[in-house]
Amino acid sequence: MQRRDFLKIVSGALLALILQPIGVLAAVWNKAAFEAVKINDAKNNLTIGQETPSKDIDIVAPDRAENGAIVQVEITSRIPNTEAISVLVENNPTALIAHFVFSNGALPQLVTRIKMADTSDVKVIVKAGNAYFSATKNVVVLENGCG
Amino acid sequence: MDNIKMRAKLSGENISGITEVKMIMNHPMETGRKKDDFGQLIPSYFIQLVTAKLNDKIVLEMQWGTGISKNPYLTFYLKGAAVNDKISIDWVDNLGKTGNGEILVVAA
Repeated sequence: MQRRDFLKIVSGALLALILQPIGVLAAVWNKAAFEAVKINDAKNNLTIGQETPSKDIDIVAPDRAENGAIVQVEITSRIPNTEAISVLVENNPTALIAHFVFSNGALPQLVTRIKMADTSDVKVIVKAGNAYFSATKNVVVLENGCG
Repeated sequence: MDNIKMRAKLSGENISGITEVKMIMNHPMETGRKKDDFGQLIPSYFIQLVTAKLNDKIVLEMQWGTGISKNPYLTFYLKGAAVNDKISIDWVDNLGKTGNGEILVVAA
């Protein structure tokens, strides 16, 4: 091996070592999941497995939303060891709205406001250990909120 | 425009009680599908990553898409906080701009 090649390999390896921890520490936005049109493609990109419908997930949202630009949604999971909650809207141009990961005492309960392009189910998927649970709530949208 | 309005209220005793954290962030959350008055597409411009911390320890990590409403609103709940603990929020959007805010926990 040429000395020059050896230096290239060593410096490359060193650079990889330096860069790697940064990549691991910083949360990364899941581009593929958020750009997916269909719920199933978004789920695959979030590596969400087969989910079971659950009555232990509450979704509070209006039955009818005047303006799809602001639809307030309250989500509560009573499933033990809930680690993450994903929110998806089937009939939006892209299905995935948001993904929440809880740790260090954060309770699996939140309120946020979402956009809805059309009448649709709002689907919530809860991750608890290696299991996935879901619930849906239909919202009738009178005015498109995605523009 | 990067300010975050925040409030953190503790109900019950320190540590064992539940802290309700509410916030509104100033951000247009453009989807990239809307047109301006001249028929030109307004480029997408939205918050992608949000991190909430209690005293510098991460409690909630969020990834958002364009489906979160303009001027994002969020309430979340927390155990293990005490009065005067610090709750902080950091976000970064798809253009790499960042914002942050922090508030001390008060008794409800």
